[in-house]
Amino acid sequence: MSLDRRTTLKWMFAAAATVPSLQALAYASQPQARDVTANQAGYGTDPDLTKEWKPGGPWPLTLGVAARLTTAALCDLIIPADDVSPSASSVGVVDFIDEWISAPYPQQRADREIILPGLTWSEAEAQTRFSKAFAALDQPQKEAIANDICNAAKAAPQFATAAKFFAKFRDLTAGGFYTTPVGMKDIGYVGNVPLAKFDGPPLAVLKRVGLA
Amino acid sequence: MSFISAADADKNTYDVIVVGSGAAGGQTAYTLTMDGVRVLMLEAGRNYTPATETPMLQTNAEAPLRGSGTPEKPFGFWDATIDGGWQVPGEPYTSASDDPARQFVWWRSRMLGGRTNHWGRISLRNGPYDFKPHTRDGLGFDWPMNYEDLAPYYDKVEMLIGVYGANDGLENTPNSSPGVLLPPPKPRVSDLLIQQRARKLNIPAIAGHRAVLTKPLDHKRLPQLLHPGNAKAQQILAADMQKRAACFFATPCGRGCSVRANYQSTTVHLPPALDTDNLDIVTDAMVRAINKRPDGKAEGVTYIDRKTGAEHRVKARIVVLAASALESVRILLNSDVANGSGKVGKYIMDTVGANFSGQVPLLENLPLHNEDGVDGLHLYTPWWLYKQQLAGKLGFARGYHFEFGGGRLMPGMGTAAGLEWLNGGTYGRKFKEDSRRYYGSFVGFAGRGEMIPNDDCYAELDPKVKDKFGIPVLRFHWKWSQHELGQAAHMQKTAAEIIDAMGGRYSMQPQSGEKAIKQGGIIIHEVGGAIMGDNPAKSVTNSFGQCWDMKNLFITDGATLCSNADKNPTLTIMALAWRASEHMLGLMNRKEL
Repeated sequence: MSLDRRTTLKWMFAAAATVPSLQALAYASQPQARDVTANQAGYGTDPDLTKEWKPGGPWPLTLGVAARLTTAALCDLIIPADDVSPSASSVGVVDFIDEWISAPYPQQRADREIILPGLTWSEAEAQTRFSKAFAALDQPQKEAIANDICNAAKAAPQFATAAKFFAKFRDLTAGGFYTTPVGMKDIGYVGNVPLAKFDGPPLAVLKRVGLA
Repeated sequence: MSFISAADADKNTYDVIVVGSGAAGGQTAYTLTMDGVRVLMLEAGRNYTPATETPMLQTNAEAPLRGSGTPEKPFGFWDATIDGGWQVPGEPYTSASDDPARQFVWWRSRMLGGRTNHWGRISLRNGPYDFKPHTRDGLGFDWPMNYEDLAPYYDKVEMLIGVYGANDGLENTPNSSPGVLLPPPKPRVSDLLIQQRARKLNIPAIAGHRAVLTKPLDHKRLPQLLHPGNAKAQQILAADMQKRAACFFATPCGRGCSVRANYQSTTVHLPPALDTDNLDIVTDAMVRAINKRPDGKAEGVTYIDRKTGAEHRVKARIVVLAASALESVRILLNSDVANGSGKVGKYIMDTVGANFSGQVPLLENLPLHNEDGVDGLHLYTPWWLYKQQLAGKLGFARGYHFEFGGGRLMPGMGTAAGLEWLNGGTYGRKFKEDSRRYYGSFVGFAGRGEMIPNDDCYAELDPKVKDKFGIPVLRFHWKWSQHELGQAAHMQKTAAEIIDAMGGRYSMQPQSGEKAIKQGGIIIHEVGGAIMGDNPAKSVTNSFGQCWDMKNLFITDGATLCSNADKNPTLTIMALAWRASEHMLGLMNRKEL
């Protein structure tokens, strides 16, 4: 299933309930992503589990240049660099999201139908509110948009669809980031190392929980 | 003797043909070949070499889609399963009903060792009640044996494959003999908190039992106990046990294990069996049917070589079906044998499954420490309400256990996903702080319960549909009874009570049984379809898996189970296979077969 321009615009009008700017219409009229219908083959039922896999390997990536810029800006709005770890886009999460929405499987195809219109909406919203590309917004401007869509349960009706997009995008960004070496370190995963014995929780942990 | 081609197998003669190479096929071939019997094993899938094919220590970022499950790899990219899942390309099955609640889904894998390569390794014994369920509550069927008949074989299997656990002596939760079990792993902090709070609700939490080597097997003591008076078998097993490493407390078991620290048929049963020189294995061998001799006994089987499409016929004194319960049923129905009772395909069962999870503030922001452990089931909750249930106070007749766990496990796509219900939906630096705070603070409970066999759950041949080999496929009928639905609701309600007792919270309230219960086949504990019994008119085999109507045809997989206790069936299947194989040895030695 590819998302054609008509569908994109329809979704945009319905969800944003704002009149899109000319720039947004221009953006939507450009190929946001290559057609995904050609991506039919997955990695099969017997993939090589010993080789190194990278986005773009099992199936081609499809996001266009502009859409990748929006994706990167959203990734880093959700997971910016801080004192502990770098930003999501700096460790390959854009490639990962592109891999995800370009995959041939039902779950990923369904997510594509949320992510691509959501990227279009984000761009249109940036143009409508600030007459700039989303990636070119300053931090307060990005937050002004994000604050309207970051909580799907409480989003205003005109932002309901965009909020569902943001929730999905945040989950993908988080999954993409926290599985990387820096992400695993940031979140506090210290396993996946061979041990001679398993000691269980240290005493300090048990005391904190009231078990010692 | 070793891995051979179909053409080579045509030239040889064998005592026994074993169809399937998983838990049942592996155990059957092991027991027979260690005692000098010449066995031909036929496996429908490809050969598989855990030592070189297992992804050890790979992270999810090294997999497509961060390792998420897809229709081609339902349990995730790194899962050991090859050419398998609830759908296998070119090998369909059908449902008699369009209603999803009345549909059964059938997991298969096509690889040497079958599902043992990826299974959860949970190894629980059936207890005394589980062999006499009908006597106890009037439902289902009694087994044609007692716990005491199978107990020695539970000991043997546990010693051979290596099972950790403890002897807690709880009701209908048997101890192993002294010296059999390996030490259990230390509990995680979430396990200990569950144990502390569940105790206030009079719910037990004890050491889990899983087929994982928490220390090396005792290669000096165990071979003598397993093969008394058989010096060659002892020698082979002692040598092989020394090649199995203990667990190094990393890498989820579902990927399989290249150092052979957990049980899979390919790393535990088949290597010593091959070392006896009594075992030949043909892979890519899809069995179509059992062939009948003029005297009514089994002559052998016809199979299709997947690589060439050619049909081959092989003969032996005994044929053993160990193809997985429903594949064995399919072979029986397609062969039109051993079905004088009309019971082939009847009484198929899965395990009742319902899950529930919550978040526990006490577990937030704990000091970092490695929680990988042995991957699963450090502790678990065996069924604890036997007396209340027997007194009719629960509204459902059979029990369940809880598999539970938590902790900071290897991050995947679920990590830091869906936190809105806890933090109101954040982004930026706050989201990063929230992710650290909540990671490892969730606990999950998987209720796994006993389904009672019923007349609405059965398999038959589809009158029209055939697979890519031209073999007729199974059509399933399915319906849960109120016992299963009541149990599923009880699972979620009880898990919520435990989470409450931990000071935790959950995003969804416990559901009705209809909503809580997993679809039939999802838990992948399908058994029955050729049940054992002591009456040839009402069962397909005797307690040794020997078919009433074809004395040299045996079934050693889960098809013969006439009840499906909440205890995961694999250990019981292996114990039954060992017992059945000893029976075959006796019959062959006495020239009765």
